[in-house]
Order: sequence, then structure tokens, then C-alpha cells
Amino acid sequence: MSSSDVARQPVSDGARNLSLSGHVGFDSLPDQLVNKSTCQGFCFNILCIGETGIGKSTLMDTLFNTNFENFEASHFEPQVKLRAQTYDLQESNVRLRLTVVNTVGFGDQMNKQESYQPVVDYIDRQFESYLQEELKIKRSLHSYHDSRVHACLYFISPTGHSLKSLDLVTMKKLDSKVNIIPVIAKADTISKSELHKFKIKIMSELVSNGVQIYQFPLDDETVAKVNTAMNGLLPFAVVGSTEEVSVGNKMVKARQYPWGVVQVENENHCDFVKLREMLICVNMEDLREQTHTRHYELYRRCKLEEMGFKDTDPESKPVSLQETYEAKRQEFLVELQKREEEMRQMFVQRVKEKESELKDAERELQSRFEQLKRLHADEKAALEEKRRLLEDDQSSFGKRRAAAQLLQAQNLTANGKKDKDRKNSGFL
Amino acid sequence: MTSSLRYKSRIPIKTVRADLEKQYVGFATLPNQVHRKSVKKGFDFTLMVAGESGMGKSTLVNSLFLTDLYKDRKLLNAEERINQTVEIIKHTVDIEEKGVKLKLTIVDTPGFGDAVNNNQCWKPITDYIDQQFEQYFRDESGLNRKNIQDNRVHCCLYFIPPFGHGLRPVDVEFMRALHEKVNVVPLIAKADCLTPNEIKKLKDRIREEIEKFGIKVYQFPECDSDEDEEFKQMDKELKECTPFAVIGSNTVVEARGQRVRGRLYPWGIVEVENQSHCDFVKLRNMLIRSHMHDLKDVTCDVHYENYRAQCIQEMTSKLAQDQRMESPIPILPMSTPDVETEKLIKMKDEELKRMQEMLNKMQQQMHEKDQ
Repeated sequence: MSSSDVARQPVSDGARNLSLSGHVGFDSLPDQLVNKSTCQGFCFNILCIGETGIGKSTLMDTLFNTNFENFEASHFEPQVKLRAQTYDLQESNVRLRLTVVNTVGFGDQMNKQESYQPVVDYIDRQFESYLQEELKIKRSLHSYHDSRVHACLYFISPTGHSLKSLDLVTMKKLDSKVNIIPVIAKADTISKSELHKFKIKIMSELVSNGVQIYQFPLDDETVAKVNTAMNGLLPFAVVGSTEEVSVGNKMVKARQYPWGVVQVENENHCDFVKLREMLICVNMEDLREQTHTRHYELYRRCKLEEMGFKDTDPESKPVSLQETYEAKRQEFLVELQKREEEMRQMFVQRVKEKESELKDAERELQSRFEQLKRLHADEKAALEEKRRLLEDDQSSFGKRRAAAQLLQAQNLTANGKKDKDRKNSGFL
Repeated sequence: MTSSLRYKSRIPIKTVRADLEKQYVGFATLPNQVHRKSVKKGFDFTLMVAGESGMGKSTLVNSLFLTDLYKDRKLLNAEERINQTVEIIKHTVDIEEKGVKLKLTIVDTPGFGDAVNNNQCWKPITDYIDQQFEQYFRDESGLNRKNIQDNRVHCCLYFIPPFGHGLRPVDVEFMRALHEKVNVVPLIAKADCLTPNEIKKLKDRIREEIEKFGIKVYQFPECDSDEDEEFKQMDKELKECTPFAVIGSNTVVEARGQRVRGRLYPWGIVEVENQSHCDFVKLRNMLIRSHMHDLKDVTCDVHYENYRAQCIQEMTSKLAQDQRMESPIPILPMSTPDVETEKLIKMKDEELKRMQEMLNKMQQQMHEKDQ
């Protein structure tokens, strides 16, 4: 190895570019990564939003070539609900843990103003649980089952005119939280010319209302060309079917009508193949990355700012999270103490108040008692007086009676004498 | 315009043989006279179409009457529709066929079911129907009745989206709000997204739900027993086919060597007038060729009479309460007392009876005492 092979280039960020004179071997790093990931297995979460009966479950079945066993939903659900189901799929030696989340009852209610809320809440909940895991002290992100929604398929009803008002309102609420991929469902009811006009109308409405749908990435040269073409064909017009019909001498997935057979995998008939390619074959990893680096980071930033954390303090000097956390903790403890003090004081005051109240009550009671006693004594005295009078009367009456009796007795003897006298005088 | 089905004309147009003149009175030509007079007078028909936007209502109306009624129509964007209210738009055309004139009015209801909050979104529609009834009621009770314009809605086609599993809450509420004011004919719109099996399942489901929710859709009248077999068979098929699954088209395409109204797809051509593709022909026959007059009759005899009776009852009860109010229309004093006054009368009768009994008892007592 001669020294002339070592190139000297101007130092840009502290690292010099060196060229190698032989094969070192670190070009196998991507392979190592792939091997590791394959051993670990992959995880993907799709959210399907659309009216009841628009074909969400059928399209999932068709995309992943299995039967996810979804039952028909009723049109009379009072509120929008979400139903999530997780499946483990395997293709060659790659394992995929797929979670499909479907909306139930979307678009059926009379008043759809709150229809988007359960969806937004679900997405936020997944972000929240990831954030919690990230902030834990003992965390296991390595084996954490990532339930954040990576892609959202929004099923547009094939009216042929434009988006529905509900579609616009919902997509506006979701475009900053999840990668939205709009699809035109049941596209076998729109003819080619109508479809072209419909797609243009939808895209212009989305653009004029500022809805950011997912754009396939153009930074990787290997897929940039195909992705650019696909970006121009959004939204994809899809037809789903799990039934097979024989066309020519093959059995293909198709829908049989009296006037013809719509083949799902025929690029001339619908955009199903394009959707499958873009969603699964080419851009699945990018969808996950976007979810993590854009939507999740936005959520995290908003959440932490809400809690009061900042990256820079008022003098614009960078502040570490630890310092902020310590400061918050101190603040919290001080506040806690203050509150405790306040509560204690309030308690003491209340006790005092109650005491004085009770004392007042006691005093009042005492005075009433005294009053009653006095009253009682007065009455007793009055009664005594009356009794005395009565006794006086009685005694005077007794005396008079005795005097009267005496008089009567005297009278009787006097009379007796008179009688005797008369009797005696009569004899004479 | 050719079709394989023609309404059977039952007008006797044969001439009478001379030797039967003795037993022949001549009133068998009455149907002829009616026919002549009605052709001279002309007919009118008011059809209402209702359903969410994008269900193909305008296309179907154009296909039914083979005209283009919606030349300068402006459709709203999604954001304009978030808080849209329902409008009522009338299009009137005069069309003529074989000397028979028809004044056709199509009442369109743009904005129905398009807003985010659709509570009571049918109120403008029921108000409109009531208004037409009221207008006719006033005209009928007026002094000069020569030229009454009949603007009452004779039939309402309701478009049910084929993308779901059956009726949705807004469909049920709308049909229930209207089934006693107008003849409701439910249709499955855009039926070219359903395979024959799916159509059958959906029709069964919708019929079940219509019964479950007590919605009184327009019923075809029963056949008379002296109709011929072909007619009875046709009638039976018609009844079993409801609700009709229809497809409409504004364009003419080339199929099997003929120029037909249809939709061109990469996988085939849907012909609007092909009975195995959709029920458009049945709908057209029912609506125009066989049951148009019956729809008008049911509107006059059932829905309008209901409205009129209700109106009069309200007015007389108001009059009874407030004697100073003038009646805006000439009404006869009620010969049959309504329920409330009857109850009052009964109560008073009972009271009188009781008092009479008491009086009798008292008289008896007094009599006994006297004795």
C-alpha cells in the first residue's frame, strides 16, 4: 500500500474521504441488516376507512391473497367504531405481522360531524403507547410490537362527480397523522373516460383544500421513475374479488357480469396490480419510515411541548431534557408543598370556625335552659300562692261551718227547751 | 326506438256490422270518445327524483324520456357541499308522441344527503309536496275552477346506492317521511357494479328491510281476473322484481351491430335496454307505459285526500276554538261531530241521568214522608 493512494481532501466536517485500494468487506453491511431484519420479522399496520359495504375487507383479502374472515357490518351502528385484527403471514422466508384496522359504521349516521374522531383517537392512542414505551426507564423497543398505523387506505365512493363532503373533512383531519393513500372503490362501475375526469377532479379538490396525501418517494433512483409514474395515477381505481373465473384457460380472480368479466389483475381493467406493487412490493418500508420519522415525530413534539418541555430555554441556549426534567420536578415538588400548606391552613381554619360555632350553640343552649328554669320557678311560686289562698279559704270556710253548726246545735237545744216548756205548760 | 314489449291496447276499434244494428245501442264506443278527448286535452305528469349526488339520477331521467334535460347543470365541489341544504329545482318539458302530448315536470332535489350533517334533510322536500297539495286544495275550493294546474307530485323515484348491504338510516328516514305524501318507488342505482347474485341478495335484503321498517312504497294494483294470461304473467314478474336495479346512459354505443344506449367498458358493453343486464325496461314500462295513470290516481285518491281531510280537520278544530276566524275556503258545517265533542256529549248525558235519578229518589222519599 503506497502513500500516494491516500487522497488528501479539504476537511469539511472533520472527516476526510479516503479511497480504498482493496476489498475490505463492509459492503456486506446491508446484507447483515437484511438478515437480521428477516430473522426478526416485519410488522405492518394498515387502516382502511370507507363506508359500510364499499369493499374494504374484500380488497384486503384480494391484496394479501388470504381470507381474513370479516363479517358483514350493519348500516345502523350509532357511532363509528374501529376493529383491529392481527395476522401472521409468511412468504418464502419472510415473516410479516400484519394488522388490519377497519372502520365499522363509517358514513352511515345521519349526523357525520363527529365521524372522524374515533379514527383520530385510535391513531393517537398508538402513537401514545409508543411514546410511553420510549420514555420508560426499562424499555424494550427491540421486541416492542409496533402498532402505529403505517398506511391508511381511504376508500372513495365511485360517484363519478367528486369527493363527498365527509371524505374531505376526514382526510383533512388525518393527513398530518398518517400516510393517506386514496383509492376509488368498486371501480367497475366507472367507464374509462369518466374515470379520467373523476381522478383529475379528486386530485384538484385535494390540492385546493390543502390535503397532503402520501407521495411515493422519488429520492431513490432505482424506483424514482416508477414512483413518479404512479404518483400521476393516484388515486388508484381498484376492484376486489376473491372468486375465480376461468378466462381463456386460466383461473383468475375476477367478477362475472352478464356483459363481461372484470379481471382484477388485468391492468387494463383496473389499477389493482399497481396498488399492490406500490403498497407492498416497492414502498412498504418507506411507509414505515415516514410514519416513524414524520408523523410520529410530529406527535411526539406536540405532546412534549404540551407537557412543557422545550429544546431551548428563553435565552435560546440548548437545554438538555434532563435539566428540563429536573427543573419540572422541582417546580412540581414546590407546588405540591405549597398546596399541602394551603390545605393544612384551610383545615385549621375550618376547625376553628367549627369550634366557635359549637361554642355559640352551647352558650345559646345554656341561656335557654336558664330561661326555662326561671319560668318554671315563677310558675311554681304562682302555684304555691294559689295553693295558700285555697288553704286559707278552706280553713275560713271550715271555721264558719263549725260556727254555724254550733249555732244550730244551740238553736236546737233552745227549741227543745221551748218545746218542753210548752209541753210542760200545757199540762199545767 | 324499438322494443320488444308494447303496452297492450285494449281500445275496441272495430266497426260494427250492419245486421247487428238492431240489438246495438252504441255505448261501446265510449272508450273511443274518452281516447279522443284525452288526446285533445293532453296529459301532465310530475316526477320527483331523490337520492345522493352521483347516483345517476339525471342520466336515468334522460334515458327514460330520451331527452337531455340537464344541459347547463353546475355541480358543487366537496367543500361547498359540507353544509349544503336541499334545493328544489323543477324542469318542465313538453313532449309529443303519435299526437299524444305530455307535459312532463321533473322535480330535482340536489343536495339531498350530501352534507355532513343530514338531520332533517328531507324537510324542504316534504314542505314542497305539501305546498303543491295546498295550492291544489285552494284552487279546487276557489270560485273559478276552469284552469286548475295540477302541480302535485305523482311519483318519487328514490335512488338507493348499490355500494352497501341494504338500506341506510338516511334511506329509511326519508322514505318514512314521504310514504304517506307521495308514491315512493325505490330503485337500486348504478346496478352495473353488482353481479346477478349480488343483485338478487340486495333486492331481497331491501324488501325485507322495507317491511321491517313499515315503509309503504307504491304497490302495483292487482290484476283483474278477466285479464289475459300474458298480462298477468307480466304483472307478476314486475312485482317480484322490485326494487328495480337500473342503469342509465347518456351515450349511444355500437353493440352486436346495433346502435344502443349503453356504457362502454374495457371488458364489455352494458346495454341499458337489455333485460338481462338491468331492469331499466321494466321501470320504463311500469312508469310510462302501464302505470302512469294509476300513479296519478293514487296521488289524487289517496295521498291528496289524506292531506285534504287532515287540513279540514285542523281548520274546523281551530274554528271551533276561535269563532272569530273566517274560513279561507268554503266548508260545510260538519255533519258528523268529531271525537272530542262526542265525548263531551256523552259525559253530559251521564251527568243528567244521575241527577234525574237523584231527583226521583228524593221525590219518593218526600212522598213516603208525607204518607
